[in-house]
Amino acid sequence: MKKLILGLVLANLLVACASEPIEEETQAPTAATEPAATEPAAAPAETATAAPAPEATEAAAPVVEAAAMPTETSVHFPFDVDAVQAEDRATVQALGKYLSENRASKVRLEGNADERGSSEYNLALGQRRANNVKKLLVLSGAAESQVTTVSYGEEKPRATGHDEASWAENRRVDFVAK
Amino acid sequence: MRGCLGLLFGLCVASSAQATLDIEITGAGEHQTPISVVRFGGEERIAGQTISSVVSNDLLRTGLFKLIDPAGKAPHEPGDVRYVEWAGVEALVIGSVRALGDGRAEVRFRLLDAVRQTELIALAVTARSDQVRAIGHRIADLVYEKLTGSAGVFSTRIAYVNREGKQFRLVVADSDGYGEQTLLSLNEPIMSPAWSPDGKQIAYVSFERGHATVFVQSLATQKRTVLADFSGSNSAPAWSPDGKQLAIVLTRDGSSQLYLVGADGKDLRRITFSETIDTEPAFSPDGKTLLFTSDRGGKAQIYRVAAEGGYAERLTFEGGNNFSPRFSPDGKSFVYSQFSGGTFYIAVQDFESKQVQILTPGGWEKKPSFAPNGKLILFATESQGRGILATVSSDGRVKQKMVAQRGDIREPIWGPFLKQ
Repeated sequence: MKKLILGLVLANLLVACASEPIEEETQAPTAATEPAATEPAAAPAETATAAPAPEATEAAAPVVEAAAMPTETSVHFPFDVDAVQAEDRATVQALGKYLSENRASKVRLEGNADERGSSEYNLALGQRRANNVKKLLVLSGAAESQVTTVSYGEEKPRATGHDEASWAENRRVDFVAK
Repeated sequence: MRGCLGLLFGLCVASSAQATLDIEITGAGEHQTPISVVRFGGEERIAGQTISSVVSNDLLRTGLFKLIDPAGKAPHEPGDVRYVEWAGVEALVIGSVRALGDGRAEVRFRLLDAVRQTELIALAVTARSDQVRAIGHRIADLVYEKLTGSAGVFSTRIAYVNREGKQFRLVVADSDGYGEQTLLSLNEPIMSPAWSPDGKQIAYVSFERGHATVFVQSLATQKRTVLADFSGSNSAPAWSPDGKQLAIVLTRDGSSQLYLVGADGKDLRRITFSETIDTEPAFSPDGKTLLFTSDRGGKAQIYRVAAEGGYAERLTFEGGNNFSPRFSPDGKSFVYSQFSGGTFYIAVQDFESKQVQILTPGGWEKKPSFAPNGKLILFATESQGRGILATVSSDGRVKQKMVAQRGDIREPIWGPFLKQ
């Protein structure tokens, strides 16, 4: 299971890197306290060919390659928090800009939560996370009609362990192209 | 789409499983009545159980009775009972089953006071031979009521969600977890089943339309109707005691908020107006107030508001976060799940004294609900990595775990008394 999760994280990184310069490590448990990228262990050699230097990401303005829609990515959240984190704002803003330039494109934001809470509270939390990402997308140029939201709460966990690594992975909003 | 659903549903209805549980009981009541349940004359095993074993297990699970082995004695009529042989036994259950030849059976049962040597109950019922479990539960209810003064809940039913991989099943079962009946089976999540007050319908949340939608389903006809399908999440249904309306939670106006809606899906009214999460409404037994979970104070806590809306009073202050409130049947207290130090506990708070009692040792304990007699609390917990059912007596003394043979059990809720 661990390998699968790591694989997903890597896939995310690759997709994100291919289409946009942002997306730091996909949420280490303590990420909230460390706004700067801390060069996680998950930067193995296989990404070296395509990936830009990670140092370049932090200050970079959201410059978007308009070639492909930068979807199939995710933003993560600390426990019981629904605000988009500072390190994810550039990712979201880049997608907002893309949507503003590609009015036919649409995206669905799928909010998720970890299992620490009641199922109904987590459904509500996942919805707030998706709603907050949508707000930032619209502020960044997307039209309301291009963005739909849905919450799966704790019902569709990507990681099924009862540990911080799994919970961190599940506190997430996924961007899905429609 | 409709036809497809109907077909899917038709295939899944009424599949049932027998003897799927492993039951473990710990603790005992303050006073245990020594009782002996004698094997009924002529009783046969049906699905591995006899009437007398159903009665014994029901009584045992309450923690209020000490089951005394009849040690080979097998009286079936009062005239067969030699009371001198039953020293130390306060109550004696005897009976017999007679097949009537038309697929029906006559069951006769007596509850005897072995100390005063008197008959407390005598009853004969005729039923289909495959209804022995129901008859056993009914007999246990009568015994329990006579000996404790409280109504028995053995004939009531419970509902829960069983998750197995990506498959979710909405299940109704006897109060002891046996006699599972699958009402709905989907490869999408099912959440938050809620019984109508008459026990004839269940409201729940399904993701079959791609997002959380509230459905109501009849147990008798299996007919399903959509109660709420607005944009965003539609969830957390809770029936009013008169069954005429439900409290639900919608995100169509932004964050999760409480609404009331008629049982026919009409007359939608918003009850709370916060910028935060308001969810998990539960009606008081008199229908006048709602408990709910809100993070308006920063963390999830329990609040109370008039059913027509207005000022919401915060009720919980202990622990980190508190979730999933439900009233006791007498309306004097409420049960909820407390998340504190990484662990969920089942807690009860008295409205008048505001005193909090933690009833369980802690674990992954969620979604508590009272039995309709107020004596037991049903909740979901985990054992060896599996989601299971558990009960705790409302004084915290007797605990019981019920492990299903497959899947994870989630979101249990105890059903109401059924009018006979």
